[in-house]
Amino acid sequence: MYAQMVKSEATQDDPEKLAAFQARIDRGEKIEPKDWMPEGYRKTLIRQIGQHAHSEIVGQLPEGNWITRAPTLERKAILLAKVQDEAGHGLYLYCAAETLGVSRDELTEMLLDGRMKYSSIFNYPTLNWADIGAVGWLVDGAAIMNQVPLQRTSFGPYSRAMIRVCKEESFHQRQGYDAIRKMAEGTPEQKKMAQDALNRLWFPSLMMFGPSDKDSVHSEQSMAWKIKMNTNDELRQKFVDQTVPQIEFLGLELPDPGIKWNEERGHYDYTDPDWSEFFDVIKGNGPCNTDRLAARNNAWKDGAWVRDGLLAHAQKKAARKHAAE
Amino acid sequence: MTRDEALAQFLLRMGDNTLILGHRVSEWCGHAPVLEEDIALANTALDLIGQTQMWLGLAGEVQGMGKSADDLAFLRDVWDFRNLLLVEVPNGDFGRTLMRQCLFDAWHSIQLGHLMTSSDERVAAIAAKASKEVAYHLERSADTVVGLGDGTEESHRRMQEALDYLWPYVGEMFQSDEVDAEMVKAGIAPDPASLRADFDALITRIMGEATLTIPDSAFGHKGGRTGKMHTEHLGHLLTQMQWLQRAYPGAKW
Amino acid sequence: MKNEWPLWEIFIRGQHGMSHRHVGSLHAPDAEMAIKNARDVYTRRNEGVSIWVVEANHIAASSPGDKGPLYEPSESKVYRHPTFFDIPEEVGAM
Repeated sequence: MYAQMVKSEATQDDPEKLAAFQARIDRGEKIEPKDWMPEGYRKTLIRQIGQHAHSEIVGQLPEGNWITRAPTLERKAILLAKVQDEAGHGLYLYCAAETLGVSRDELTEMLLDGRMKYSSIFNYPTLNWADIGAVGWLVDGAAIMNQVPLQRTSFGPYSRAMIRVCKEESFHQRQGYDAIRKMAEGTPEQKKMAQDALNRLWFPSLMMFGPSDKDSVHSEQSMAWKIKMNTNDELRQKFVDQTVPQIEFLGLELPDPGIKWNEERGHYDYTDPDWSEFFDVIKGNGPCNTDRLAARNNAWKDGAWVRDGLLAHAQKKAARKHAAE
Repeated sequence: MTRDEALAQFLLRMGDNTLILGHRVSEWCGHAPVLEEDIALANTALDLIGQTQMWLGLAGEVQGMGKSADDLAFLRDVWDFRNLLLVEVPNGDFGRTLMRQCLFDAWHSIQLGHLMTSSDERVAAIAAKASKEVAYHLERSADTVVGLGDGTEESHRRMQEALDYLWPYVGEMFQSDEVDAEMVKAGIAPDPASLRADFDALITRIMGEATLTIPDSAFGHKGGRTGKMHTEHLGHLLTQMQWLQRAYPGAKW
Repeated sequence: MKNEWPLWEIFIRGQHGMSHRHVGSLHAPDAEMAIKNARDVYTRRNEGVSIWVVEANHIAASSPGDKGPLYEPSESKVYRHPTFFDIPEEVGAM
């Protein structure tokens, strides 16, 4: 999931208003930007949608890393279209956040100076071409698991953004699986790449769902507000159950010797990711944190003159039109 | 040179232009000044890659040696490439990238307009599809050049620098050789030199609106479209683009 | 923020004969660029035949408190809806 460990804000509002607000949510009504909402709801949403948007934008980088090295023209076009979609998804989400009274530039600056986070997964590198398949398959697969239920989230603009995202996203996971399948069925070297990609990205993908429920302190309020729809462990289990047969179909080795079907539970058992690694990555010590933030900072800094230039031209043009009238 | 040999060369010139420029534009993905531009640049690159598949696909067909568009893109060396030097020079800043795009789009749109009436139906069909895409590319790149040229002091300065840097690469678009002579004779493509007047009129109007000064120099670098002498940059571009195909020959992707 | 491009609301006519529908928003320095950006952002999958853009701060909206007075009166006018009327099947499509 692209929003991890979003802290819910405490709310100190009129209890009567709060109760009425909660009743609306419980009835399944959508909250729209101009409706009354608790300050905590608004702040939590800004943080969550902002983090989600940042993840899409930073998420362009690991896959973008292979656009210029894609092995065929068709793969290049597919990958470029996919990474472009991520930019589009970031854009939809920033717009949803903006309805809550924060500007995209403000959110961007909070990403760039580290006040806001993005998903831990994008701090891992893409090292061989099979990673591109694995990212689409596993990372987008994990994201979809979270985004599909979020289409029913209580905040109207967020829900609508998710509907649009999910509609476009369905191609991402499929293209990923298709790409890694070619590798798994290819030459011994290609198969080695596929296995390597799966082994490296498996646990980071599991981390996307956030810490275990027993350590996740912020869930309850967000779930009551319907801005978080499932618990971390629920989604993680669902992801493992869905993915294991897909790994087997590829003929790849399971990336975790602990994966075993548990007849009693009706689910696969699996080994928990190394949570100390997760917290290291969140703190900024993942393999690519520095590079990712530097790339976004450079794009923003180097682009300032372009944004200013085009705006200045628009203002001159408007002034000339005004003068002519 | 037989007609088909000349046609194959001509098709490589068209396809290598879109291949190399599409590659350069795709380098921006994830790094553009604002999200809306990031998305727009990716659309341009996608169009160019799509056109490459058509041009190089047809080139392979005309060559008749069983080569696919991918074979031509990923398994030729620098001396086999027939693109303009203009499209292989590095992106530079966003201004230079868009200035290059505008200069290329202007030529490209005029060229495709002529190719739509080509005596070769296959060429005409590709041109008809591509020209719709390129009309939009030109609209967008020209607007951006005008906006940045007539923007702030800094954006104006950068755009003038971009134009000064790129102008010596413009002339190559209008040089003619025996390949072109053969194409003209067959009614397949126009003489490049004959496109210059339309190009100059278009670019003079755009640069005028952008308050930029077209350099007063007729000098033009050449060697790209004939393959005689590319820049040093092309080899590095190919090193990246062709890496997987070269390192793992025969693999299916 | 100081130099942020204004926000535009985007409306797209998906097919000939349909109304323009709100699809989302984006930033652009002016209306012309907003239309171009909308084409690039919101019609990547052939979604549109016509685009309207409106600067977000030019949109006047009803306030949520008015929801009752604005909409409830029409709820009682059920006869405005075609399903209010029973038409015998023999009459055919109407």
